[in-house]
Amino acid sequence: MTGNQVLLQLNYWLIIMIMMMGFYVVLAHSNMIKKLIGLGIFQTSVYFLYVVPGKIIGGTAPIIASGYQVYSNPLPHVLILTAIVVGVATLALGLALVTRINEAYGTIEENDLYRPDEWRQ
Amino acid sequence: MASITPHFPILCVVIPLFGALLCATIRNSRATWLLAVCSALCSFLCAVFLLMHANDRVVSYAIGGWQSPIGIEYRIDSFNAYVLCLISGIGCLSVLYAPSAISEVSSFNRPWFFSVMLLCMTGLMGMAATGDAFNLFVFMEIASLSSYVLIALGKQREALVAAYRYLIVGTMGATFYVIGIGFLYVSTGTLNIADLTVRIAPIKTTAPVLTGISFLIVGLSIKAAIFPLHAWLPNAYRFAPIPVSAFLSGTATKVALYILLRFIFSVLGVQFFLGTFGLYEVIVTFSLGAILFGSIVAIFQKNLRRMLAYSSIAQVGYITLGIALANENSLTGSLIYIVGHGLTKVGLFFVAGSLLARLGSDHIADLAGAGRRMPWTVGSFIFLSLNMLGIPGTIGFLGKWYIALAAAERGSWWLAVIIIMTSLLALIYMGRFIESAYFSSCSDEKIKSQANSIPWNMGLSLAILTGLCIWLGIDTAILTDKARAAALLLLGANL
Repeated sequence: MTGNQVLLQLNYWLIIMIMMMGFYVVLAHSNMIKKLIGLGIFQTSVYFLYVVPGKIIGGTAPIIASGYQVYSNPLPHVLILTAIVVGVATLALGLALVTRINEAYGTIEENDLYRPDEWRQ
Repeated sequence: MASITPHFPILCVVIPLFGALLCATIRNSRATWLLAVCSALCSFLCAVFLLMHANDRVVSYAIGGWQSPIGIEYRIDSFNAYVLCLISGIGCLSVLYAPSAISEVSSFNRPWFFSVMLLCMTGLMGMAATGDAFNLFVFMEIASLSSYVLIALGKQREALVAAYRYLIVGTMGATFYVIGIGFLYVSTGTLNIADLTVRIAPIKTTAPVLTGISFLIVGLSIKAAIFPLHAWLPNAYRFAPIPVSAFLSGTATKVALYILLRFIFSVLGVQFFLGTFGLYEVIVTFSLGAILFGSIVAIFQKNLRRMLAYSSIAQVGYITLGIALANENSLTGSLIYIVGHGLTKVGLFFVAGSLLARLGSDHIADLAGAGRRMPWTVGSFIFLSLNMLGIPGTIGFLGKWYIALAAAERGSWWLAVIIIMTSLLALIYMGRFIESAYFSSCSDEKIKSQANSIPWNMGLSLAILTGLCIWLGIDTAILTDKARAAALLLLGANL
């Protein structure tokens, strides 16, 4: 792959980078809040992945009027509005669970939670 | 009546949704329970009606009057009508069973419990009914978010951690699914699954489509708890309230398998999936891994519910084995197995719940003598275990028989032998409980001191399930016909 091709698809390269950052945070961190932050970053990258191909350079909003021939696709934006709502709900539920875990265990470090004798019951 | 029947595809999804809203406003524990049972039952009746009439044609329902592929379409054929019946039936029985088995849920929270249970059912029904790939994601998240809440309601504090871990893994799975759909949408410009099937045909081997499919399969495999992506399952089923474990074990993983089947067979075509994509060996290896790993780990469990959870992982292995073999018999077997294992595992969890409610424990060692204290309950456990083992005359046998037959047709006799041999592993782990329940020493005073009857609603739902398993095992034509029709539909789409 030549440098030129990479530049042409720069937005996709950036999206994949954000995606992998989020994924890495989820996998690597033991702190439950940080894991949720990672999950949020991961989901945000997917929002980009949808919205970016919907844009056509020089395209306008899809309203039929004289003098405009090229329209951008509005559907990805609508889909992602839904996905954002879902993401917010997931984050809220995740934070609520972490609060309860903190009350029950006194810690939000996943590594400190694991007690083999309790879990294997 | 005639004017309402065309609306059954949407009604079977929105009845539980409105039931959930009403439950949230009524705030009386007994009234919400009745309402939840009624709305689940109505939804089940709609699904049964759809199944009876799905044989001859595909029912397409355009939401809001917007025709597909522009609008969202609900598409009912003989395959998903079959799945809809399974979900709503199990949902109905789980809600009926619930009130005496959720001592951990405070009376203040009970109306919310039924509300969330119905929401979870709405999500799963919607996943099965919809013909739109993105709408499917929304329903998947409705079902997942409500199941995280339900799992977190468990009595022990480990339930919270189990729910949190499921949330992280489950959201990853759902996001992978969305990434996959995104790639397919960019390549084809459609989200309607039937339209996608047509448009994807000429561009199947292009890089974006292959990437999308890979993401899609991994995401759905997480949701279906296919080995080795099963890690969230044992703790979630172990620490959730019993009706929730029962409901999720019978429906959540099965719906994910349904969607996987839809994409593999209807959209991509089996030749492409197993041939070009080269997944035959991979799926067979993972299936055998699931069967061996799940069964062997189940043997060493001390807790009845955790044992049942590991056995679920093993049983999903048989279903995916049937998918990999991919001919008429194997798919019929897999579909029978989806229903058979769904009903059986729900029944087994119901028994575990009754024992927990009456005897105060679900550890196998503490249940010594349970067979003499609660003969009917443990008796149905034995029957359901035989069902899972695949003794001739049960649904479990029917499913395994067709899968083994398909393996033999393909010339893989060794697979057929493995299917039969691994059933013996199930005999070991189910046998451990039965041994403890009947043959362990237990003083007579202890037996007499404890009440041995279970509440009527627990008894009723367990009796219905066991009766259903006996009936479907004897009158094999009912289930086989429906499963074969669905299998032919799946295979016919790519001829």
